[in-house]
Amino acid sequence: MQSNQTFADLFRARGVSRRDFLKFCSLTSVYLGLSPSIAPALVEAMENKPRTPVLWIHGLECTCCSESFIRSSHPTIENLLFNMISLDYDDVLSAAAGHQLEAVRKKIMKEYKGKYILAVEGNVSTKDDGVYCMVGGDSFLNILKETAADAAAIIAWGSCASFGCVQNAAPNPSGAAPVSDIIKDKPIVKVPGCPPISEVMTGVIAHFHTFGTLPELDHLGRPKAFYNTRIHDKCYRRAFFDAGMFVTSFDDEATRKGWCLYKMGCKGPTTYNSCSKIQWNGGTSFPIGSGHPCIGCSEPNFWDKGPFYERLAAVPFLGSDSNADKIGIVAVGAAVAGAAAHAAVTAVKKVKSDKLGNDKA
Amino acid sequence: MAKKIVVDPIPRIEGHLRIEATLNESNVIEEAYSTGTMWRGIEVILKGRDPRDAWAFTERICGVCTTVHALASVRCVEDALGIAIPTNARIIRNLMNATQVTQDHLVHFYHLHALDWVDVVSALKADPKQASAIAQSISPWSKSSVGYFKDLQQRLVGFVESGQLGIFSNGYWGHPAYKLPAEVNLIAVAHYLEALDFQKEIIKIHTIFGGKNPHPNYLVGGMACAIDPNSDTAINIERLMMIKKIIDDTNTFIDQVYIPDLIAIAGYYKGWLYGGGLGNYLSYGDFPETTLADFKTLLWPRGAILNKDLANVIDVDPRDSAQVTEEVSHSWYTYSGGDGKGLHPWKGETTPSYTGPKPPFEHLDTTKKYSWLKTPRWKNHPMEVGPLARVLVAYAKGDPMIKETVGMVLSKLEVGPEALFSTLGRTAARGIECKQTAGFMTHYYDQLIANIKTGDYRTFNSERWDPSAWPEECKGFGYTEAPRGSLGHWIQIKDKKIKEYQIVVPSTWNASPRDVNGNPGAYESALKGTPMINPEQPLEILRTVHSFDPCLACASHLFDMNGKEITSVTIV
Repeated sequence: MQSNQTFADLFRARGVSRRDFLKFCSLTSVYLGLSPSIAPALVEAMENKPRTPVLWIHGLECTCCSESFIRSSHPTIENLLFNMISLDYDDVLSAAAGHQLEAVRKKIMKEYKGKYILAVEGNVSTKDDGVYCMVGGDSFLNILKETAADAAAIIAWGSCASFGCVQNAAPNPSGAAPVSDIIKDKPIVKVPGCPPISEVMTGVIAHFHTFGTLPELDHLGRPKAFYNTRIHDKCYRRAFFDAGMFVTSFDDEATRKGWCLYKMGCKGPTTYNSCSKIQWNGGTSFPIGSGHPCIGCSEPNFWDKGPFYERLAAVPFLGSDSNADKIGIVAVGAAVAGAAAHAAVTAVKKVKSDKLGNDKA
Repeated sequence: MAKKIVVDPIPRIEGHLRIEATLNESNVIEEAYSTGTMWRGIEVILKGRDPRDAWAFTERICGVCTTVHALASVRCVEDALGIAIPTNARIIRNLMNATQVTQDHLVHFYHLHALDWVDVVSALKADPKQASAIAQSISPWSKSSVGYFKDLQQRLVGFVESGQLGIFSNGYWGHPAYKLPAEVNLIAVAHYLEALDFQKEIIKIHTIFGGKNPHPNYLVGGMACAIDPNSDTAINIERLMMIKKIIDDTNTFIDQVYIPDLIAIAGYYKGWLYGGGLGNYLSYGDFPETTLADFKTLLWPRGAILNKDLANVIDVDPRDSAQVTEEVSHSWYTYSGGDGKGLHPWKGETTPSYTGPKPPFEHLDTTKKYSWLKTPRWKNHPMEVGPLARVLVAYAKGDPMIKETVGMVLSKLEVGPEALFSTLGRTAARGIECKQTAGFMTHYYDQLIANIKTGDYRTFNSERWDPSAWPEECKGFGYTEAPRGSLGHWIQIKDKKIKEYQIVVPSTWNASPRDVNGNPGAYESALKGTPMINPEQPLEILRTVHSFDPCLACASHLFDMNGKEITSVTIV
């Protein structure tokens, strides 16, 4: 689609009548689960404003999400910025500063009331009136509430906005909280990872742009397309895990042969992400592929789940992860059945589950 | 009557920064005040954790200059534990560091800084034929045909006519401080987009060795990526050839796009030599050819310069408690021995105490405390760190590579070395340095190949991986020169855990508030005396602040688990 083409233009160019276009819009609104009254708004949006306005605000963060975003190989950032969205407010790329930049945010909030997407990178500081994160003389807490009020939906970029991440790790000195702790009345797409994979980030936007709807989410609010399975399940080193062939010291012979990093603390078995499938930076590699165990950076509270280099069996599982652990044990049990080396692993797992995770085997 | 202006938020930086300035009747900046408006507390969070994990936590201080905190962290832990890393690990870390600096500088120039000099809207009026002729006259870069610029211009027209300007919304287009002809603006916009596409290729070197970027993986004791030319999963010839291609392409892009653009654009602004500031420069040095302790072998030399005196480069020792200190007379903290007393990071303390106005507010009271950043000083002097500081230290020490590149840039611009002490000089130094680090990438690739050829595949020293091999108590210091300047990590380890962890970051040096004697920090000093054409559109402030490449990722300070503050460090 050309940058100056609306959806209506595109439909016309493909020989679709206006009548059919209107029908498409009302069907789309039904498909989206929206009330029929929203159809005129959708018609107008798709006829006149082909690119969805996006306001991207930053709280307590390190900007790794933005940096990951601009690494996308497909779609490219240029394509995304020119043809898919209108990134009207962004701390990293915006030309305007100060009150001119704030004016853009207010303008979009007013002119696209209920139709813009709010993208949030970082945590909200909730302590002491939010003085640990202030933007334009106001607390980020206030800015988030104000900007979320008329957003169509929110994208929570990264583990910060989704779950908490590093500044939220114990003892959480700035009172850092995820977006969903503050905003309760809007659909929130959580895109965790520290940072998320670039093509996952742009994929979420491309999904919305292409299919006209938010992607389907799992029970934690993550897009199923990217967070449906564990890294372990699609890891190319999985065969070594199943065969009981493990790296036991970095740079030993097993490391050079690419054996499983489970004993070096790999969190792949409990981490839901696309690293082992899509991989990173245009499919170049991923942590395990480059010899380092997964640190589980897309899981809630991953910073507080024990030392990174301690194997999973010794890590206590908390909260939502208890499910993943149980699933993991079942999967491990099933996968290892029948293989000679498995007996040992299964025994370890059995001991572990018998002792509620206290065994350090 | 002095006017007061506020610029907040400041985009195209990392983190949250606010500038308040007073102007005289002629709209010249009389005083400027720099405020960090964010605090995260990473060192607090590090206490009691496994020192081998610290790199991952500290790496998350910044996702723009990702890797630099991880590098300083593994270096300080290795220093504390007495771990010598294998040659391959030193080379790979240097290569990753050179990759980071090169990519970061390129992104800074085009995506964070260029719009302070380049008027995007003016490019719509350019004659593509003339743009093509100019582009071909300054560089052999192949994307320079009339058709190429014509097509780009049409896309730009379509974009602007859509009425949705996106990231270009409400920019200061048409501001009289923009001096480039329409055709040069069009070339710059073309390269803005090309660099946006290319930067993601450079960084793949991090992905090969560290598994991902941003935030590639590091390892105390070496690197986790195995080397074996005969393995299908380790660093083998296919991986090496990918690295080689990226390095060659990067050098071509820097030489044929970045440097010619820098010189072409700077040529139109060489009359705008504001923003020099302090005239004091500090560099810890980096890129060890042997070990970090042997700092005479650093490819980026160590040293300090005071009052622009290039004839006298002073020795620097960040471990010396009399040299690097921090105070909080204008920061939202208190010190038990008095807020104005400078403390070495080893002996620092932090009692966060916000005394600013309750948000929302219009102005800060800059006569009192006004920032989450502390005030670091070197021998009580405010210092500038970053590319200009490093280039000047290397230049003053007679580094042949830097002397040659600096000479080439100055002669093409027909200006003398004194022009370096300016906003433009800072921007030029970044380009000069980027060309140099792209060369380092080739250098380290050659070193890596040569070392692998000897049959040495080691990337990791396992001798002190297990905590049972550690002393009861120890401390270490790790440093690096991040893209934005000198970075130091100080660690104390006790009972196999982090007892204290302290960090002093480049942007703390540059963005610090005033010290107890009222001396301004580097940003504040650089902004002073700058005339503004239209104070409502603070383009000149953005230029100078962006020339430092601010990284306000976080200002974190250490206190114990009960919330009782013990010791400090500012990260920004």
